[in-house]
Amino acid sequence: MASYFRPAASQLGEALEALALGVAEGRPRVVVAGATDHYPARVGRAIDEDVLDVSGLAGLRTIDKVNGGWWIGAGTTWTDLVERPLPACFDGLKRAARAVGGLQVQNRGTLAGNVCNASPAADGIPNLMALQASVRLRSVRGERDVPVGEFVTGNRTTRREPDELVTGLVVPDPAAAGHGLVATSTFRKLGARAYLVISIAMVAAVVVRDAQGRITSARLAVGACSPVARRLPGLEAELAGRPLRPGVGGLVRAEHLAPLSPIDDVRGTAEYRRGAALVLVRRALEDLAT
Amino acid sequence: MTAWIAFSVNGRAVDVEVNPMRRLADVLRDDLGLTGTKIGCNAGDCGACTVRLNGRQVCACLVPVAQAAGADVRTIEGLAAVEGLAAVEGHEGHDRHEGPLEVTDLAALQRAFLEIGAAQCGICTPGMLMAADDTLARHPRPTPAELADGLGGVLCRCTGYRKIAEAVAAASGGASVAAETAAVAVGADVGARLPKVDGIGRVTGVTQFGADERPSDGLAVRAVRSPHARARFTIGDLDQFRAAHPGLVRFLVAADIPGQNRYGIYPTGKDQPVLAEGEVRHRGEAVCALVGEEAILEVIDDAELPIAWQPLEPLADIETATAPGAPDLHDHAPGNVLVTGRLARGDIEAGFALGPDGPAATAAVEVETTFLEHAAIEPEAGWARRVGDRLELTVSTQAPYMDRDEVALILGIAPDRVRIVPTACGGGFGGKLDLGVHGLVATAAWLVGRPVRAVWTRPESMAASPKRHPARIRASAAADAEGRLTAFRFHGDFDTGAYASWGPTVANRVPVHAMGPYAVPAVLATTRAIHTNNPPAGAFRGFGVPQAAIAHEALMDDLATQLGIDPLELRHRNALRSGSVTASGQVLRASAGLAACLDALRPRWARLRAEVEAWNAGAAGRDEPSRRGVGIGAMWYGIGNTSMTNPSTIEMGLDRGGAVTLYSGAVDIGQGASTVLVQIAADALGVPAATVRLVSGDTDRTRDAGKSSASRQTFVSGNAARLAGEDLRRQLLRLAEVGDEAAIELGDGRVRLTEPGGPPVDIDLVELPTTATAAGDAWVLLGRGFYDPATTPLDADGQGVPYETYAFGAQVAVVEVDLELGTTRVHRIVAAHDVGRAINPTQVEGQIHGGIAQGLGLALMEAYVPGRTENLHDYLIPTIGDAPEIETILIEDPEPAGPYGAKGVGEPALVPTAPAILGAIHAATGARITRLPATPDRVLAALRALPDRRPPARRR
Repeated sequence: MASYFRPAASQLGEALEALALGVAEGRPRVVVAGATDHYPARVGRAIDEDVLDVSGLAGLRTIDKVNGGWWIGAGTTWTDLVERPLPACFDGLKRAARAVGGLQVQNRGTLAGNVCNASPAADGIPNLMALQASVRLRSVRGERDVPVGEFVTGNRTTRREPDELVTGLVVPDPAAAGHGLVATSTFRKLGARAYLVISIAMVAAVVVRDAQGRITSARLAVGACSPVARRLPGLEAELAGRPLRPGVGGLVRAEHLAPLSPIDDVRGTAEYRRGAALVLVRRALEDLAT
Repeated sequence: MTAWIAFSVNGRAVDVEVNPMRRLADVLRDDLGLTGTKIGCNAGDCGACTVRLNGRQVCACLVPVAQAAGADVRTIEGLAAVEGLAAVEGHEGHDRHEGPLEVTDLAALQRAFLEIGAAQCGICTPGMLMAADDTLARHPRPTPAELADGLGGVLCRCTGYRKIAEAVAAASGGASVAAETAAVAVGADVGARLPKVDGIGRVTGVTQFGADERPSDGLAVRAVRSPHARARFTIGDLDQFRAAHPGLVRFLVAADIPGQNRYGIYPTGKDQPVLAEGEVRHRGEAVCALVGEEAILEVIDDAELPIAWQPLEPLADIETATAPGAPDLHDHAPGNVLVTGRLARGDIEAGFALGPDGPAATAAVEVETTFLEHAAIEPEAGWARRVGDRLELTVSTQAPYMDRDEVALILGIAPDRVRIVPTACGGGFGGKLDLGVHGLVATAAWLVGRPVRAVWTRPESMAASPKRHPARIRASAAADAEGRLTAFRFHGDFDTGAYASWGPTVANRVPVHAMGPYAVPAVLATTRAIHTNNPPAGAFRGFGVPQAAIAHEALMDDLATQLGIDPLELRHRNALRSGSVTASGQVLRASAGLAACLDALRPRWARLRAEVEAWNAGAAGRDEPSRRGVGIGAMWYGIGNTSMTNPSTIEMGLDRGGAVTLYSGAVDIGQGASTVLVQIAADALGVPAATVRLVSGDTDRTRDAGKSSASRQTFVSGNAARLAGEDLRRQLLRLAEVGDEAAIELGDGRVRLTEPGGPPVDIDLVELPTTATAAGDAWVLLGRGFYDPATTPLDADGQGVPYETYAFGAQVAVVEVDLELGTTRVHRIVAAHDVGRAINPTQVEGQIHGGIAQGLGLALMEAYVPGRTENLHDYLIPTIGDAPEIETILIEDPEPAGPYGAKGVGEPALVPTAPAILGAIHAATGARITRLPATPDRVLAALRALPDRRPPARRR
């Protein structure tokens, strides 16, 4: 018979021990927070895995300013993020939050869960990559941080070991590099209907500019066009040093999207995805320039 | 493991011992009996199970019940002002008097939904109301965007969302809803905007749907379905498997079917097995079934069963199935051609002949559509029990009498030994016109002797239920210099899938309608229904006519462009009118209101086109990547079955207490049939509709009123209801010996009849002999109405009178297309429909709104791919954010044969929408999309394929 453990607020240690014990006994526990990805994968099937339900770990449901950036606890829901006043570098992530499922899912689903579920169409991952966020993993063996782009290794696969718990996301301040820098961000999602839609393609952009309006760093990531969302380093390099002003989107060329490897599926052809990603990247940059 | 979980539901403390990972939705429904929370997908895709958890809307199907510990849960049962709603016992959810609830008990939101007509079938209504409740809690005066964001997570397949948005706005700011429904004078119920007679149950969650009844001591049955489109299979030792699984009571295989293991729509040619016999013909076909405790069935993995599969190369599409050497899937369909249809009239060659006397313009088009899924938010569900030598089946259905006869054949017993008790139907659209759970629950209950229930999961529903036929259409048309059509040629191949289902209906109905609502002297229209190894294609709102309309309306647009004639004007010149002869050779005597629809649209058409032109000029100037366009679509649709008898019998009884009851075998599938029939019968009898009780659909308590299909219930059953009311009235007048003008007043145990200016005459009902039925009904007088539309068979050229009357309509669409992404947004639809007479304008508008939403889905986003889109996040239907603004114009060109002039509107509303949208995309971009749906990638590809690769609007 499957077991279920929902540690209370103070029981992070017990949670880690339960994970470790599950691995030792050959029955690794499935970690559940908002459960919005858990149940849809089990329609019409018995729900019989051993579960670690982390929703009671209240200490993980926080967004805190920390030295050099922000800490987004693993219990933070999309709605928590939307309703929390944050600087403009989080605008893109907030736009993604509003585009996840419907309010029902936004009220329950967590950012960390979105990353761990590792769908190629995960709405949160491109933004977190553009923010250069890292995933913090804890286990009875210790703690480590892994950049989101390295954490997600493929379609629904990650570097999380079965005894590890994602406790939160570490987001460095994009504007921390110098005085007078301003970081802004945006997100564009393309789907075939208005709500409850899985992306055909999506783009997240974080751009830091100096007091003269010159781009000091730009980071863009495209989702749903490869097994794992991809940054666009060629474009990022080209943008550095350019003025952020209307028309900046014109700098984007097709070869900048070379890291992508879109597929044909029911939502669109590979060729269409590649073209749409190009349009979305241009528009995202124009959003930030106006 | 189980644990005790304590929380609060609607302010009441509860404590349940359950598996902590059990879905909150299941605990609410199964453990706490709060079945107002509905389950549509168990995947967070539809929002039907929306409840408020600590104030926030959530999908109860995605919440582990353990996470509700200590929380405050609010469900639909807690929304009304009355307490203890769930404890209402003995109500009959599908009857009209559902217990003690009155309008005054309702919350403002519920009243708004009821009075504005925001609930149709009612399956999404509880979730929608809870989402609205949450939205208004956070935004007491929501902007349209806040309102859409708040409701964006709940899918509705019936309403097109406009009346829902209107109702939420009306209830916002704590305002009590507008007005009491105005008192309706006796005899004036027809034409009044009466709230649905079954509406209170729908806005309170009290109404019982297919999955809401759970008999005690019941078992469940679950089909094991083929993962292959075509395969042979053998089943190994099931006894051994059963012995290893306590709680598994028995297996069912094909040999266990007591009667004939064949069903199908038509009396001859039944070809679909309840359980496959050694070979499956489509993915999702049932090969055997497990009967046992529900919890046990859930944990059995089909892969463990001793079934050996031998996959065969499937006939994947029409081309493969009709290629030389393709194997025949059925003996009855050589070459895999199930049936052909044909209509020929006039000299088709002369009509197209070039030369000095030939047409001024000709146009040709090829159209390709795909499988579409009804996506009713209620999956198929029901339960059966054996009662002596009879079988009772309680089920969500559109066709109780057909179900009765089919189940009788499957069990090998006489039809009168089967009783069908329809539950409320949580969306039909044609999808519940075929058997769903029926065959297996009936067989299992019959053999095991205990009640047996089945509720299909969403993936199962999508894999096993019939679909809309994919069509491959080639059509051409010719017109003279004045734009008058001279000839029309059409051939359509329809993929009818593995079994016949409603394939013959599509093949027969399409040729009649293929040329559209126009007078054409020369027509050749042919169709074929082709068997493939795809899901059976059955009935879906329009029976192939929506597919055909895409072709004929594309041709009309093309001819208009070539001839330099306004597209609306071209349609107007060719419109069928009173006195016109149809391509079937039928002379239309009356009620052909297309020209009136087009006249009503003409000023809007002109204004919207001017607005769009100005907008596009501005967009081009600003170098914006979007263009707008306006398109038009027109339609006609024959009401009722094609050239076939399809009678309805309805009765109206007066009991000794003075109560009047309408016994109607016509089921309401959300479209409002019950309300409309009550309104008609009330006026015919001469009593207020509010005093008429309703018994609906139960085959032991009503008579056969046919299927809720073919847009026939208002016209055919409406006539039967009118005749029943008139018959009862005649009997009463005769009894009282008063004249035709007498007013009827129902009292307690008496009826008072008063002629104008005369003295009242009282009839003491208690003195009259009562007729009582075994099913518990009783009356002292019973009026009966029978109606069968006057049609004739069609000859080999499709000539005859296929329908007694036709609905007409036209719609104008305004769209915006993103030229760089290919996305299309429908801003506005103006819909003008000739309905003969709107018995209930609110219900008529609801049908039009819902038809438009489904037409939009057909045009832009819906595509069913077996094995790939068997859920509601890959199969996309419109959300509230996709629903356009809709202006509805009702044209009432009365049908002399209709009840109070009425025709039908259920299917007609959907037909012109996709043509109007596709025409608007063409107007905006120059690209004509003929392969549906017009997804962004296809639209963009079409734009790129334009000769100059630049749409006309950009050349400005």
